[in-house]
Amino acid sequence: MTTNHPSEPLLRRYARGDADLPADQLWAVEAHLETCAPCRGRLAPEPIAEAVWAELLPQLDSTPQMPRSRRRYGWVSPAAGPWLAAILLVTAAAVVLDRIGFAVGDRVSVVLLVAPVLPVLGVAASWSRALDPAYELTAATPRAGLPLVFRRTAAVLGVLVPGLTIAGLVTDVGFARWLLPCLAFTLGTLALGTLVGVTRAAVALIAAWAVVIVAPTIAFTRTSTAFDAEAAPVWAGVLAVSVVVIVLRRMTFTRLEANR
Amino acid sequence: MTAPTTYAWEIATENLRVKAGRRMAVDGVTLKMGRGVHGLLGPNGAGKTTLIRALATVLEPAAGELHLLGGMESRELRKRVGYLPQEFGHYKRFTVREFVAYVAWLKEMRDIPAATQRAIDRVGLADRADDRMKTLSGGMIRRVGIAQAIVNDPEILLLDEPTAGLDPAQRLRFRELLTELGTDACVVVSTHLVEDVAAACTDVVLLSQGKLVFQGTPADLTGQGAEHHPGDSPIERGYSAVLGLPDRPGTW
Repeated sequence: MTTNHPSEPLLRRYARGDADLPADQLWAVEAHLETCAPCRGRLAPEPIAEAVWAELLPQLDSTPQMPRSRRRYGWVSPAAGPWLAAILLVTAAAVVLDRIGFAVGDRVSVVLLVAPVLPVLGVAASWSRALDPAYELTAATPRAGLPLVFRRTAAVLGVLVPGLTIAGLVTDVGFARWLLPCLAFTLGTLALGTLVGVTRAAVALIAAWAVVIVAPTIAFTRTSTAFDAEAAPVWAGVLAVSVVVIVLRRMTFTRLEANR
Repeated sequence: MTAPTTYAWEIATENLRVKAGRRMAVDGVTLKMGRGVHGLLGPNGAGKTTLIRALATVLEPAAGELHLLGGMESRELRKRVGYLPQEFGHYKRFTVREFVAYVAWLKEMRDIPAATQRAIDRVGLADRADDRMKTLSGGMIRRVGIAQAIVNDPEILLLDEPTAGLDPAQRLRFRELLTELGTDACVVVSTHLVEDVAAACTDVVLLSQGKLVFQGTPADLTGQGAEHHPGDSPIERGYSAVLGLPDRPGTW
């Protein structure tokens, strides 16, 4: 097979990227270069281009990379940060009150008293329209929905449960007594939130806490029966119903209705 | 160059009805919108925000049909939508970069740092990228809002009152940006500044009391008006004519 190798001037014009090189010639040279190694070798490096590259390379290496954000937002809702801090503060305050035997007498633990209501605040901060300014933006994104709900709730519990565990050890309150009510209130807020909006759900559950747990404690100066071992199945039932409701109504977290 | 789409219209609604609370705020709207900039006009309470929320899929339509990008699965669809709500809530402690990156994360994007930088550059906030949001002026906050909406190069871009709080020079720049975005996306801009629509939109949609009263080019809208209609410019007179506003100064 005889091949016409491109002429020296043509090859130089191609290498320079001349704009006036006719398209048919350009294609012919390009197609030829793909199959002909010797001609590729004839594409001698342009001295000027070499010089420019030599000058540019160090600069390219030192081009700053796009700065990464230092803030972690994968789990904790940006609106919930201060609330999580508040939760830990309240826990610490409850421990102090218990230690000095203040408030509602010696037979009642303040830590136990506040345990159920603390996660409600964290969950509300993650989803409520009143507390999260960017709720509408968040609801419109693909990540909105059950996975984000569980991430943010896990973040709340991830702060709360270790805090309460330590508080429980210090004040000698059993793990088993507060964990179930705490989880039931957490998921209960979300489940009720899918029906009436998280803000209203939080308000309703805080009211329920005041009536069912705080009021009897003050009235009889003894810990509410809600924390007795016999009440555990009730809490477990609330927990189970809540999970079912959340899963069934999961789409509301992708809409504005859950933020009400 | 963009690949051909497999649907006729980016946004197509058929007799769409959407509730805002108990009120039927969008009441039987049939619309078709393709690429370009669509100005959504109408008096306060006409249903503009409710319509945009329905298009952003955060409100469920009460009745009618809504097809976005040919009826795509919701999560995939949302990756291709940009949305600036009317009340653009933000986190004051975040820097501009952190906030835009956070939204990019919510939109499940890859290569978030580069996309964030690009979006911030496009709204001209590169020099303030690492400043906290609480130090920005109202107009700059608005531009952060636009940056977070375009960070994913959306195919449908929904902007609810984006020009509120922008000074005249920024509004001119914003119109240029709109024209640029409208070449390969379907941009819906709600506004009550009729002159913004005249300058930057390829198409006008006029709502009144939840109903569609006009869809056409800005020139068509101008053509509706006559000398006796109230308004300071031809297109404002067209707007008044379509809405049937009375020519009585001093009435609301």
